[in-house]
Amino acid sequence: MTLLAPPHPLEKRVLLRRFPEPRTEPVWIDEYLRTDGYEAIRKALAMEPEQIVDEVKKSALRGRGGAGFPTGMKWSFVDRKSPKPKYVVVNADEGEPGTCKDRILMGYDPHRLIEGVLIGGRAIGANRGWIYIRGEYREYIDILDRAIAEAYERGFLGSNVLGTGWEFHLSTHTGAGSYECGEETALLESLEGKRGNPRLKPPFPATSGAFQCPTIVNNVETFCAVPDIILNGGEWYAALGTPKNGGTRLVCLSGHIERPGVYEVPLGMNLLTILNEIGGGVWKGRKLKAVIPGGSSSPVLKAEECDIPADYDSLAKAGSMLGSGATVVLDETTDMAKVLARLMKFYAHESCGWCIPCREGTTWLKKITARLEEGIGSERDIDTIDRISQSMLGRTFCPLGDAAAMPAMAIARKFREEILEKLSRADAFAPVEGAQPLVVL
Amino acid sequence: MANMVTLTIDGKPVTVPAGTLVIDAAKQAGIDIPAFCYYEGFSVQAACRMCLVEVEKMPKLQPSCALPAAEGMVVHTETPKVVEARKSTIEFLLTNHPLDCPVCDKGGECELQDMTFRYGLGESQFLEIKHHADEKQWSPLVFYDPARCILCYRCIRVCDEGLGVAALGLSYRGVSAEIIPNKGDHLECDECGWCIDVCPVGALTSGTYRYKSRPWEMNYVPAICTHCSNGCKTTLSVRNGEIIRSNNRDRSGINGEFLCVKGRFGFDFVHNEERLQSPLIRKDGKLEPVSWSEALKFVVSRVRETIERNGKFAVIGSTRTTNEENFYLQKFARQGLRTNNIDHHRSGDVITLVDALAGRTDALATVGDLYTCDAALVLGADLAQQHPLLAYQLRANWRHHRSPVFVVTPGPVREDQYAARSLRAEAGGEVERLEELREELKARQNLVVLYGASVKGEAVRRLVAFGDSLGIPVKYVCLVDYVNSRGAVDMGLLPHLGPGYKPVEIPGMHLDAMMAAPDLDVIWVAGANPLEGGREFASKNAFVIVHELFLTETAQRADVVLPSMSLYEKNGTVTNVCGEVQRTKAGPKVMGTKSDLDILGLLAAQLGFDIGIPSQEKVLDEIRRTVRGYNVPLPVLATGGAAQAAVLNGNVPVDAQPEQVRPSGDTLFTSGTLGKYSKRLAQLMEAPGRLFQP
Amino acid sequence: MTFSPELEARFAKMIASYPPGRQKGALIPMLLYAQDEVGAVTDEVIEEVSRRLNVSRVEVEEVLGYYTMLTREPRGKYHLQICTNISCLLTGGEELFQHACRKLGIGNREKTPDGQFSLEEVECLGACSWAPAMQVNYDFHYHMTPEKLDQLIDSLRKLQ
Ligand SMILES: Cc1cc2nc3c(=O)[nH]c(=O)nc-3n(C[C@H](O)[C@H](O)[C@H](O)COP(=O)(O)O)c2cc1C
Ligand code: SF4
Ligand code: FES
Repeated sequence: MTLLAPPHPLEKRVLLRRFPEPRTEPVWIDEYLRTDGYEAIRKALAMEPEQIVDEVKKSALRGRGGAGFPTGMKWSFVDRKSPKPKYVVVNADEGEPGTCKDRILMGYDPHRLIEGVLIGGRAIGANRGWIYIRGEYREYIDILDRAIAEAYERGFLGSNVLGTGWEFHLSTHTGAGSYECGEETALLESLEGKRGNPRLKPPFPATSGAFQCPTIVNNVETFCAVPDIILNGGEWYAALGTPKNGGTRLVCLSGHIERPGVYEVPLGMNLLTILNEIGGGVWKGRKLKAVIPGGSSSPVLKAEECDIPADYDSLAKAGSMLGSGATVVLDETTDMAKVLARLMKFYAHESCGWCIPCREGTTWLKKITARLEEGIGSERDIDTIDRISQSMLGRTFCPLGDAAAMPAMAIARKFREEILEKLSRADAFAPVEGAQPLVVL
Repeated sequence: MANMVTLTIDGKPVTVPAGTLVIDAAKQAGIDIPAFCYYEGFSVQAACRMCLVEVEKMPKLQPSCALPAAEGMVVHTETPKVVEARKSTIEFLLTNHPLDCPVCDKGGECELQDMTFRYGLGESQFLEIKHHADEKQWSPLVFYDPARCILCYRCIRVCDEGLGVAALGLSYRGVSAEIIPNKGDHLECDECGWCIDVCPVGALTSGTYRYKSRPWEMNYVPAICTHCSNGCKTTLSVRNGEIIRSNNRDRSGINGEFLCVKGRFGFDFVHNEERLQSPLIRKDGKLEPVSWSEALKFVVSRVRETIERNGKFAVIGSTRTTNEENFYLQKFARQGLRTNNIDHHRSGDVITLVDALAGRTDALATVGDLYTCDAALVLGADLAQQHPLLAYQLRANWRHHRSPVFVVTPGPVREDQYAARSLRAEAGGEVERLEELREELKARQNLVVLYGASVKGEAVRRLVAFGDSLGIPVKYVCLVDYVNSRGAVDMGLLPHLGPGYKPVEIPGMHLDAMMAAPDLDVIWVAGANPLEGGREFASKNAFVIVHELFLTETAQRADVVLPSMSLYEKNGTVTNVCGEVQRTKAGPKVMGTKSDLDILGLLAAQLGFDIGIPSQEKVLDEIRRTVRGYNVPLPVLATGGAAQAAVLNGNVPVDAQPEQVRPSGDTLFTSGTLGKYSKRLAQLMEAPGRLFQP
Repeated sequence: MTFSPELEARFAKMIASYPPGRQKGALIPMLLYAQDEVGAVTDEVIEEVSRRLNVSRVEVEEVLGYYTMLTREPRGKYHLQICTNISCLLTGGEELFQHACRKLGIGNREKTPDGQFSLEEVECLGACSWAPAMQVNYDFHYHMTPEKLDQLIDSLRKLQ
C-alpha cells in the first residue's frame, strides 16, 4: 500500500512535489535526476559555504525535529576552520508519538535527503555523515542504503564528489529501540555505541558532537527542505510561510480524524483549516474535544483554543508548540484520564534514568495516572500531578523531562473537571490490587 | 595569576580561576552546595540536580556542578526556589527508596539521610507501590542493593576514571536503571572497595562490614596501612579492640580517599585466630607456651652467656616495624650485642640512589609530585599491582593534567592503557632502552622516574646519568616493597651503614652471609621470615629468637618466639617509598602481644644495655636529632601529615651490595607474611598471583 | 563465530564508516543485525562482537539493557509488536493488543509454547497516520482491526 495521501488543494507541496499522486515505489536516482534532482548540490558546490549558510538563514527554515531552532544559525555555529573533521548527522529517529513524516520522505524520495545532507556537509566543510534511523524502520534503511549506493555510483557521494575534489561519505546507522535517542546528544552517544544518555550542554554538537568533532544534527525533514531552498533561494522559501517561520512543513494527522495522513502545508495555516479542510474534520461526525498539535510532548489545546495559525511562534504563544508536526485529534468521547495515563506510561518507559527528576518524576506520574485511569484517586492526586510536573519542568538534564511534564500539566489543568467527574463516578478510594500505599510517612 | 574571574555567591564576592565550577567556587567561599553526583576530581555528570542554584539573568535553575564561574555572575544558593527544588529532588529520591535506614549500614553516615534531614518534607505524598529490585552479591566484598541506589554514578567513575578498571557499568533505563558488574552476575576487579566508600547511600555495602556495626559505636584511629610501601593513611574503625573496617573518608593523608584492597580489607590478619598470643619456648624439641617473664628470662640468660663467651650474633630486622623500633633494634645490635651483623630484606636499591644523588636537594619525589609532575617514567615495575597509590597518582595526573607516562617493563602493565609510550625490556635491561625515549622526555618541563628492584647497582647510576643528561629537573623514586622498607634502610638496618647511611667502621655480614654462615650462635629475627619457602640457616645449632605475629617458617625454627604487635596496634612513625615520614596510631588490641620496641626495651633493661629509654616519643626525638635528614617537623606529623626525610646530603662511599636486593614479588592481593594470614585476601578469586599481566 | 557472507559484508562496511579507533560506533547495529540472524544476542554474539570492536563485556551489557529491540532471549518466529501509544490508542490499539493476547494465549513479552509467536506492546512505531499499527518482525501492518489480526495470524500459522 502507499502511505502517500492524495494531495489536497490547500496543500503546498514542496518537499512532496514529486508526488502529485500517490504511488508505491520510491523515486530512484534516474527519476530523481529527471526531476531536477542533484541540481541543488551542483549549485551549492559552486557557492561559497558561507553563501549556503546565508541562503538557509534567509529561508527562515527552522528545525523540524521538535525544537524549531533556526537551521541556518545552527550551521553557522560550526567552526569551518577547526582542524578536526566535521560531521553531518541526520536525525531519523522519528520517535515522538504522533509523528510519521520522516518515513514518507525517506521512503519515497530518499535522494532528496541525500542531497540535503550533501549541501549541509558542504556548508560546514564536512566529509562524512550518518543517517541515524530507528531500528524499526528496516524498510527505510534498505531504501536509503540502495539510494546511497546509487549516489556513490553516480559520483554524488565518494572521495571526489562530482569531480570537485571534495570528499563526502554517507551511511545509515541503525538504532535499536529508544525514544530518548532522538534527543540529539543522546543520539550522538548512541552513534558512538553507547547507551542513549544525553550529554551535558555546552559544549553543543556544533563544537563537540559526534566523536567529539564539530557536528550538525538535523531532522530528516529539515535536510529535505534544503535542496529547494538552494534551487529557488532562501527568500522564496521564507515567503511560503510567516515571518521567522519559513516555508512549508509536513503535518501528520492522526487520531480521531476523517482523513488521517501526512500533508504538506505552509507554515502559519490555521490549525482548524488543517483539521477541517485537509483532514476532513473529526471522524464519525463527532465534535472536537482537543488537539495535540506537535507530538505527544506538546501541551494539548482544547477545541476552543484551536483557531490559531499553526506556526512555531503562534503555538508557543498559545502555550503549546509546533514540535514535530504531529497533530493528534481527540474527539468528544475521548477519556482524557486514559490519554494522560498512556502518555505517562510512555515517558516513564523512555526515560533514560540518568537524572533524578525525570527518572522518578515520570515513574511517579505513570503510577498516579494509571490509578486515576482506573478511577481511583482524589482531587489531591491531580494537584500532585501538577506539583510533580512543576518539579520536573526546567530541572531535568535533558528536555525529555519537560516533554513529560508539559502534557501532564496541560491535561491535568485543562481537564481537571473531567477527571474529577470520573473519580466521583468510580468507587473512589476503594482498595484495588496494585494500588495500596506501601509506605506512608 | 591570569584569567581570574570574580563572581558573587550569596552576596559574597569570590575570585577564582576562570573555568572553576560554581560549586567549587562556593566551597571556597565557605558555602556548601549539596550534591550527590558531583564528586571532586571526577567527571561531571549533572545528573542528580541537587546542586541547582539560581543565577541572575538565567531563567532556569542551573546545576552548579556543571556551570563554570564567569565574571560578574550573581549566584544565589538558598533562595526559596532553590530550596523548593532540593526538597522536590529529595522527595523524588525517596519515592522509590526503601527507607530501611534502621537496618542499613549507611545509617548515620548517609548523605541521603543528611539531605533528607536538611531538606526533607515532613510528609510523603507518594502513595504508589515502590519499584523494587533484589539485592545482589557481586564478590566476597561487594554487595549491591539497587533499591537503595540513587544513581549518582560515583562508583562507575572511581572505578573507570580513577583506577582504570572500568568494572562497573549502567544498564536498563528509567526507574529500572541500575549499576551492573563486568562479569554478568559478578565482579572481577581490583576489589579495592572504593565504590563502596563513595556510595552516598547504602547501595554498595562491604562484605566485611555489613550488618556489623553502627558508625557511632566505633572509635576512629588514624593509621598507616601496613601492607605496601606507599604509605596510605587509613582510618581504622575500632570497636572493643577489634578493627571493624578501614577506610579514609576524611581524605586526610597523602592518599586522599584512595586505598587498595589490602588497605581497605586486608586488616583481618590482625584478628586471625592463628595470631600468637603467648611467648613460646622450645622444650624437648617442641615450642611450648610460657609466660612473658619466663620467655624474657630465658632470652636474657642465653644472650648474656653468648656475650660472655664472645659468641657470634646476627640480627635480621623487619620491613613492617616502625622507625623507632628499627632505630632501637640497630642500637640494640650495635651497642648492646656489639655486632654489625644486621640486615633486612632489601627490596630496592635505595643505597645506590642516595649515593648517586649525593649532595642534591629536591631530587627525591613525593607521592604528591606524582600528581603534579609534567611526565613520569616507570622502569621495571607493575605499578598498578605493586604500588597502587603511585599508579593512582600517575593516572590522576594524566587524567587531570594530561601529563604523559612512559613505561619500560618486562611485560604488559595497566599503565599501558594510557601510557604515551610502553616499551618491553627484560628485567634488568630497562635502562638500556631509555635512549629511545630521550627526545620525548627532553621535551617535558620535568620528570619523575620510578624504578623497581630490577634496576640496581650500576644501572641506577646510569639511570641518574641519563636523567642528568636530559637537562630538565628529574626526581626519583626507588620502589621498595613494604610499609617500612624505606625506614629500615634509613634507620640503618644494614651491615655496613648506620642510621642516615653513615658508614660503620667494620661492616658486618649481610643477609646472605648470615644465612650461609655456619658458626652463628644467636640469630635474632625481629619481624621477618627469612626461612620462607624452605630456606635454612646454615648455622644449624644457632639459638634463634623470633618476634612475630604468626608461627611462620622462621618462627617454627625458633628457640624462643615472642608474640609481637602489628603496625595497627602501635604508635610510631614509618617512612614510605618516597621517603615520607608519617605517624601511625594504635587501634586494635590483641591480648598477650607486645610491640617490638617494648620487647627490646625490656630485654635491654634486663641485659643492662644503656641504649636509651624505649619510649616511642623519646626514640623519635633521638632519630630527629641524630639521623641525617630525619629532622622532620613534629607538627606535620602530629596533624597527620607526611614529612619527607631529606637523606641525600653527603656521600655514601660504600658498596651498595645490589645483589642483596630482591623483589618481594607481591601483587595487589598478597603482602608477604601478613597477606598470607588475611583470609579475605586469600578468598578473592581474582588474586592474579602474577605480575605484568594487563 | 562467523555470520552469513551478506552480514559479514554489511559489518565490514559498517565498521569502516566510523572514524579510526571509534569502531565502537558499530556496536548497537551489529548487535541488532546479529540478533536478527542468530535469533538473540547470545553469549557467543556478545563475545564475537566485543572482540571485533574491542569493547568490554560491560560496555555490551550497558547497551543490551538499554535498547528495547535487543534481546538476550530468542523471540517467537513471528514477533508481533502492537503499538498502543496515543494515535493507536485512540483508534483501537489497546483493544488490538488485548485481542492478540487472547488469540495467542500469551501476555506481553511472552512467547507461544511452540515458539512461533511472541507478543510485545510497543511504543509509537511512527505509523500514527495509519493507526492502529503493528509490526511482525520488520513488516508493518496498518489500519489494523481484530479481524485483520486474526487473518494475519492465521496466514502466518499456515506459512509454518
Ligand atoms: C526526548 C527527545 C526526543 C527527540 N526525538 C527526536 C526525533 O525522534 N527526531 C528528531 O528529528 N528530533 C528529535 N528530537 C529533537 C532533537 O533533539 C533535535 O532538536 C533535532 O534533531 C534537531 O534537528 P532540527 O533542528 O532539524 O529539528 C528529540 C528531542 C528530545 C528532547
Ligand atoms: S530528562 Fe534525565 S532521565 Fe530523562 S531522558 Fe533526559 S537525562 Fe534521561
Ligand atoms: S502512536 Fe502508534 S504508531 Fe504512533
